[in-house]
Amino acid sequence: MSEDHTLTVRFFARLREELNTESLTLPIQPDTTAGQLLTELARRGGAWAQLTGAQPVMIAVNQTMAKPDTPIGPGDEVAFFPPVTGG
Amino acid sequence: MNYSISVQQDDFDTAAEYQAMRDSGPGTGAIATFTGLVRDSGDLQGVNGLFLEHYPGMTEQVIESLIAEAAGRWDVRKARVVHRVGELALCDQIVFVGVCSAHRGDAFAACAFIMDALKTSAPFWKKELSGSSEHWVEQKASDLARHPGVLKP
Repeated sequence: MSEDHTLTVRFFARLREELNTESLTLPIQPDTTAGQLLTELARRGGAWAQLTGAQPVMIAVNQTMAKPDTPIGPGDEVAFFPPVTGG
Repeated sequence: MNYSISVQQDDFDTAAEYQAMRDSGPGTGAIATFTGLVRDSGDLQGVNGLFLEHYPGMTEQVIESLIAEAAGRWDVRKARVVHRVGELALCDQIVFVGVCSAHRGDAFAACAFIMDALKTSAPFWKKELSGSSEHWVEQKASDLARHPGVLKP
């Protein structure tokens, strides 16, 4: 099943708008981290380059806050978003 | 301690929320509530509305953990958080936080903590609308000073 070898990437707020992307389903290599995925996505260029730019990007893995070195794998939900501004 | 969390598009009724908090038992001696409204100036001047986005599921989990943290630090008999999402107009209600405690000190402190922590930790994002311009609000150093947030880059 393809589901076994993919993960879901979600974007929110300014990133969602500027990347014109709400979510992606991507094949995942073994031994990958959230930071490596971010760097890989930034290589797409254009608006994607901001993912490793000056503005901070928050990372959540399976809806829990994560760090660039957090391991990710098949079936995971990885989210990238700007600092939060609710309330 | 019991609590409830609602993330919703609809408006809320502070009188009904307050009444619902009164059934937290005879040990409750204080109820502190906070309501946040859409105001006309933020990063932009002449703001006439907001758009609020959230991360469904994660938002509720984070708020739940903030309530648990508050209950570990202060006497909290009941806690209630309502946060609206979607398009809001000027002067609309955005957020409600209510806490029941035995004494006022705990009620004030826990209510302020949940609200401060929510601003820098719960995955909500505000976009200011002003005439034809739109602007995603930037996180404020003054908010981070009140609570550093659980969301670190």
